[in-house]
Amino acid sequence: METTSPVERLLRGVALTLVVVFFMFPIVWIFLMSFQTNETILRIPPSVVFSPTLENYAALITGKLQTASGTLDIAFMRNLGNSVLLSVASVAVALLLGVPAAYAFARHKFKGSEDIAFTLLSFRFAPPLLVLLPLTQYFQWLGLSNTYFGLIWIYQLICLPLILWIVRGYFEDISADVEYAYRIAGHSWFSTFRKIALPLAGPGIAAAGLLAFIFAWNNFVFALVLASADKQPVTVGALAFVTASGIQYGQIAAAIVLSITPTLALALYAQRYLVEGLSLGAVKG
Amino acid sequence: MTTLQLKNIVKRYKSQTVLDDLSLDVAGGERLVLFGPSGSGKTVLLRLIAGVIEPDAGRVLIGGEDMTDVDAEHRGIGMAFQNFALFPHMSAFDNIASALTSRKSSKDTIAAGVHKVSKLLKIDHVLSHHPKALSNGQKQRTALARALVGSPPLLLLDDPLRNVDAKLRFEMRLELPRLLAAQGATVIYVTQDYKEAMALGDRIAVMAHGRIRQIGTPAEIYNAPADIEIARLFGDPTINLLEVVPQRGPDGAFVELSDMRLRLPGFGDEIVGKQCVLGLRPETIAFAEAASQGAIPVTVEAETPLNEKTVTLGLTARGREILVSRPAGTPGPVAGPAHIAVDGRTAFLFDKATGRRILPSELASKRNGEAA
Repeated sequence: METTSPVERLLRGVALTLVVVFFMFPIVWIFLMSFQTNETILRIPPSVVFSPTLENYAALITGKLQTASGTLDIAFMRNLGNSVLLSVASVAVALLLGVPAAYAFARHKFKGSEDIAFTLLSFRFAPPLLVLLPLTQYFQWLGLSNTYFGLIWIYQLICLPLILWIVRGYFEDISADVEYAYRIAGHSWFSTFRKIALPLAGPGIAAAGLLAFIFAWNNFVFALVLASADKQPVTVGALAFVTASGIQYGQIAAAIVLSITPTLALALYAQRYLVEGLSLGAVKG
Repeated sequence: MTTLQLKNIVKRYKSQTVLDDLSLDVAGGERLVLFGPSGSGKTVLLRLIAGVIEPDAGRVLIGGEDMTDVDAEHRGIGMAFQNFALFPHMSAFDNIASALTSRKSSKDTIAAGVHKVSKLLKIDHVLSHHPKALSNGQKQRTALARALVGSPPLLLLDDPLRNVDAKLRFEMRLELPRLLAAQGATVIYVTQDYKEAMALGDRIAVMAHGRIRQIGTPAEIYNAPADIEIARLFGDPTINLLEVVPQRGPDGAFVELSDMRLRLPGFGDEIVGKQCVLGLRPETIAFAEAASQGAIPVTVEAETPLNEKTVTLGLTARGREILVSRPAGTPGPVAGPAHIAVDGRTAFLFDKATGRRILPSELASKRNGEAA
């Protein structure tokens, strides 16, 4: 550890504080907003001193939105449930399909393997809006529109390439000799995959799964077009807060707090795996 | 005692031929060293025997059985890798036990096997450690234990001493033959270190460019190298190689060194006027009195003491460098003019164009007779 002068340490602290404030301020402000009424939010000048209220959260949880022109039904909790279901199921399916595929692409160079891998990645190049119109048509023919099954399928466009390409890199980083050694010790390729490749790529798989989850959670346009109200996630459901009698800032803030909580919790939980994953190269061997 | 036969093995990567029609026979219980510079195909060959890569052509026979299309896990081989290839997420115990768990043995049998081999290799006190917490030497022993624990009839060791420090390498070089002999397995040992090859091999197969250039006992390789390259690879200090054109003398062929004649007994007219390279092992050259017959004058340039021997660099009258090696502690000139005595019978003669060794005529005709 090199020694640093007090001045240097102070400057470093100031710089770090500035960066943290810059990135965290919107989140903190939204968190504060979620405990205020529309009136206190909109007063000028704004102030951090207010008497906190839980009415925004109460409205979201009961599904009754109080506006100037009366009570409005909102399905926020249902949207939140949809988001959880869609994201979890999509990531699970993508992991189930993507991890073995990534292993195959990493370890076996078969004819056309690069082309197939690239084609899968190219799904992420196309703007979603471009494929939505034909997709809507297909979904109607197939009877998939407004089903969880159809949405989870479409979410694979988001999750699968991401997991495939990230995890493939981690598999490629595992020394082939380590796997050879396990094979020669008398184990089948499948048990080598399970006992050697999977655990060693574990942090990478966790990182890829987390990223895929965030992307799936944040998706807006697929669900907007392909699902109706009872299947829509929070990203689409948030539109309900723009009402005829104005925008419900307090409820929006509370909704944001609730909807970032799962991803934030997941990221905090997976953090140690992420760090481990990113520093894999430094500690192996 | 398991035999190993390789028949006409070919392996290509893209357009590059890594193994070129290679055939090899290893007797049961034999310790064969594969020796060669990096890139000569030793490691590829070893992996091919292990079954983790497939040959483009040729057959691999283990114990007389064709194993070419058999998966690695069914070949019953033990292998230690140059980079150890330990499983980083398992303890040393589990690393070693991995070679036994596949056999559905009971827990006690596995534990007994692991403890026995780890005691032998002196790593029984670190069995609970993960590879990260092991020293290089312990890693190497763990990798070796993993290869040995199942008592495989065929053992492949890919330069296992490459990545350990010099002291440990020296220790293991003494310890390994005893360990391997106790196993009774057929051993294929890959190394780039000629001393290791000489110390450990019943026979040495010298590889270059995907082919076996020469195969024989360590003494054969050293005393009768097939070509310049092999002569250069074995021996420390390196063999003296001098370009010469033999001439005809009254009693056979000779070459000139410092304008003195060095007779080459056994060679006749067939080499006269041919572009050749003369190979002189530094330890076959001795310093001599100026007056002695055939003494060749040199100028001593430098002297390097190397533990058990002293190596002197001399220059001939034509400025060619000659290394002379003598046991440490024996007297010798330190600088200035001196004389050396060379015995033409210990000299090797190589064809400069092909690099192959030219045998003295009587030896050559004897060989031809054997071949016919």
